[in-house]
Amino acid sequence: MIHWNGWDMQDNASTPLSFQQLILKLHDYWAAQGCVILQPFDMRVGAGTFHPATTLRSLGPDPWNCAYVQPSRRPTDGRYGENPNRLQHYYQYQVIMKPSPPDLQALYLGSLAAIGIDPLVHDIRFVEDDWESPTLGAWGLGWEVWCDGMEVTQFTYFQQMGGYDCKPVTGELTYGLERLAMYIQGKDSVYDLAFNDAVGDRPAVTYGDVFLENERQLSKWNFEVADTDKLFRWFKDAEAEGQASIAAGVPLAAYEQAIEASHIFNLLQARGVISVQERASYMARVRDLAKGSCEAWMTHNGWAA
Amino acid sequence: MSADFLLELRCEEIPARMQARASEDLTRLFTETLAEAGLKAARLTSYVTPRRLALIAHDLPLATQAVSEEFKGPRTSAPPQALEGFLRKTGLTQDQLEDRGGLWFALVEKPGRATADVLAEAIPAIIRAFPWPKSMRWGKASQSTESLRWVRPLQGIIALLGDDVVPVAIEGVAAGRATMGHRFHASGEIAIERAATYAAQLKDAFVIVDQAERKAIIASRAEALARDAGLELIPDVGLVAENAGLTEWPVSLFGRFDPAFLEVPPEVIQLTLRINQKYFVLRDKAGALANAFICTANIDATDGGKAIVAGNGKVLAARLSDARFFWEQDKKTPLAVHADKLARITFHEKLGTVADKVERVAKLARWLATEGIVKGADPALAEQAARLAKADLVTEMVGEFPELQGLMGGYYARAEGLPDVVADAIRDHYKPVGQGDDVPTAPVTVAVSLADKLDTIASFFSAGIKPTGSKDPFALRRAALGVISLIMTNTLRSELGHLVYQAEMASDMTRYERVSKLIDERWQDTLPETMGWYHLELKETFNRLFLYESGLLDFFADRLKVQQREAGVRHDLIDAVFALGGEDDLVRLLARVKALQHFIATEDGTNLLAGYKRAANILKKERPQTGKISSEAGEENPGAALTDPTIADAIRVHDALPLAYTPEPAEAALIAALDSAAPRAAAAVDAEDFEGAMAALATLRGPIDAFFDAVTVNDADPAKRDARLNLLTHIRAAVHKVADFSKIEG
Repeated sequence: MIHWNGWDMQDNASTPLSFQQLILKLHDYWAAQGCVILQPFDMRVGAGTFHPATTLRSLGPDPWNCAYVQPSRRPTDGRYGENPNRLQHYYQYQVIMKPSPPDLQALYLGSLAAIGIDPLVHDIRFVEDDWESPTLGAWGLGWEVWCDGMEVTQFTYFQQMGGYDCKPVTGELTYGLERLAMYIQGKDSVYDLAFNDAVGDRPAVTYGDVFLENERQLSKWNFEVADTDKLFRWFKDAEAEGQASIAAGVPLAAYEQAIEASHIFNLLQARGVISVQERASYMARVRDLAKGSCEAWMTHNGWAA
Repeated sequence: MSADFLLELRCEEIPARMQARASEDLTRLFTETLAEAGLKAARLTSYVTPRRLALIAHDLPLATQAVSEEFKGPRTSAPPQALEGFLRKTGLTQDQLEDRGGLWFALVEKPGRATADVLAEAIPAIIRAFPWPKSMRWGKASQSTESLRWVRPLQGIIALLGDDVVPVAIEGVAAGRATMGHRFHASGEIAIERAATYAAQLKDAFVIVDQAERKAIIASRAEALARDAGLELIPDVGLVAENAGLTEWPVSLFGRFDPAFLEVPPEVIQLTLRINQKYFVLRDKAGALANAFICTANIDATDGGKAIVAGNGKVLAARLSDARFFWEQDKKTPLAVHADKLARITFHEKLGTVADKVERVAKLARWLATEGIVKGADPALAEQAARLAKADLVTEMVGEFPELQGLMGGYYARAEGLPDVVADAIRDHYKPVGQGDDVPTAPVTVAVSLADKLDTIASFFSAGIKPTGSKDPFALRRAALGVISLIMTNTLRSELGHLVYQAEMASDMTRYERVSKLIDERWQDTLPETMGWYHLELKETFNRLFLYESGLLDFFADRLKVQQREAGVRHDLIDAVFALGGEDDLVRLLARVKALQHFIATEDGTNLLAGYKRAANILKKERPQTGKISSEAGEENPGAALTDPTIADAIRVHDALPLAYTPEPAEAALIAALDSAAPRAAAAVDAEDFEGAMAALATLRGPIDAFFDAVTVNDADPAKRDARLNLLTHIRAAVHKVADFSKIEG
């Protein structure tokens, strides 16, 4: 461990962090900053932001600090395991701090030191990148954080969520875990990443050992197999169930259906059965569910817009 | 007494693109706010880095000027209430007043204010009013939506007047003398002593506050690195500025990429380097793109930058292999197959899909070639190129780099072995994109480019979508300028109305059909079989009337004026020719305008214009009912000839001659000159010999001057008066054969 500029730095020169060590280091680091360490949300989502611990918790006045890993699915990014950088299933590391602390940038840089990125060897930059999620009715200002020209984190100050002003503002950090790990381990293919370290005669496994076959089969299912009639039906069902749940005053359940509809919509996109014209209308239907859930959640908690 | 004032507003990273403007805004707001208090610095220096906006006001007076003002009060004999009111107003007591001849006078002294106090008020006001293009709230204070907004969280303020801190605070951020140095090369706070030491103290902390200095470092280091590698830097001022906006301590580094990537079109590589990675691009001695890049880091790395170059190289390789993948993937599918997918892309919700547009453009391009409007263009090739021109929009590469539209289509067309003229037309058909862009001259390219732009304009106009004020979301003005440039550069001889009519008919078949149906119903039974041609003409005429109504020709006239203004052509002369109506062959129109501009500049021209104006003014006064000249009348407007007062008057002149009295010599001379000049001018116009037409008109100048000198128009004899007014009308009509001189200014 190196101490530098007030930060404790992981020394990656000898043995770089494995994929799982990277996650554990981040957990330790953010737990020490007062974050609740949550487990992934148990539904298929496109990004860590969809986790109710981000969307719904960024509404209202109550402080909230948490960190979690979120498996994220982007069906159209599937490459049948043949592209070293693109996956239809990958991991995001999400940190949420509300209200955004005055030293959030410094805390973030501390986390990079904790996983062994030396800011006097690597060029860390905050490059303008504003964030917007039309399906969540959300936007914020911030940066993509570059490390030697590679985007490793999205850093956003939420200004609105579900169409509501954030009072107070939430700071959100989204790390691309595979990218970071490839960087730290010096690997050119995600599938070559060391997932863990060998212990005794128990061998280390690679990311490919764990996920390559998953990428092949799920790419095939997303692009070729998934029954589009069923997908359309599931979308309608999720939408109806979501609206019914909003009406029944269970916004948390309604929000789950918004997540479901959003993912089904992504699958329909991957199957190429939604025309450009229809696309906007599907997105509007998902947005209605998400915003409706947020609205019901605000009402349930008695928060004023 | 004066001192230097230092203001630093430190925040989290300001977007590079906003920095220059923000620095100007700070200077402006500061100057304005202090001017209101009566303060002015000898000069201002402004600095900006990603993390701070700073300003030094040199030699700022330490206090505002004291002012004394005298007020006149009530009479000394006035009731006590009046005096009390006056005392309240001036804040004085009665013994401080002066009695001057029975009137109270008060001398109110306003002492100068301390500049520190003025600044303490001004700084929060400037911060609150700061015009960031996008701003945000943050932190605990954002519990309220009324909390302070800044481009990114505001971290600290330095406000130093001389050696002292100006006591000011905004939303919990108190001004002081502390700032931070470089994010990684310096640690802890730095206490700035005074304005004069600011830049040097920060430089010691690895921050170059002067943006111009950072730019110079970036540009010169990049050049030196290129030279060391035996290469040449492709200069890029925008990229220098962007990198200066991303660094406080810029360090240029040189790297290489795998030369195998050079098989991808150079424009793609260049864009990847510049836009995605903000790297400088280099070329070798032969001018070919080199497999090298220069990036600008924000640190002086402890390993000399090895890790940074390696990391950037890796990112670049991943991006370039994506690009190569797209390039190879796209080439596997012929453009014609890509084009099929355009049916899935909406062009505009009111105007169907891109495939619909392509269909219209293909027909129009073929028509332009077939009709010989674009000479030398093979109709089949023009249609083929038009059908493929938009196909690259659905390729992976253009999806990734939209700015490569057209260019990639050209590459793909060549790769699949299509004729060069087709590939060139696909590549260049978006041109000209703006003033100063290359205007295509290859016939097939001209046909496709012109068809594409005409269709865009006509389609949006027929859907009722027109540019208004500063709003032109579909860039119709730019398209119109493109049309004009294409026509002028290639001397395309066709009436604009004819071109637009073709495009409009294609874009709005329903209206055309509606009109046809109406005419069929009304006239089919009444017209004999043999008059079928008349029937068709009627349909075309009615449709052309819609064209005038839609404002399309006016729109083009306005664009033409804008475009020609920059070429030094007077807009009033364009108006003078446009006002004749029916002149929408742009090549002929501009030839006429240019001849006119030349003529008006001569002595003959100036005097003829003066004579014309005199005649026109007399007519306006004496014959107001016919003094107006219809500017809407055009050849395409049936029946226009009958209602055009100029022509009607001209007919009357002929009716009135010969005269019932003996004309005075000057009058007779003018009649003779007119009889000779009018037909010559008209014939010259018909032959498109506008210099000749002007020369013919010029012969009228002497006789007109002599006429006005010697002859009284308003003669007591009504017959003479009428005949002379007719003569003036006749002169006006002759002049109007060339241009409507009433539109000419001066």
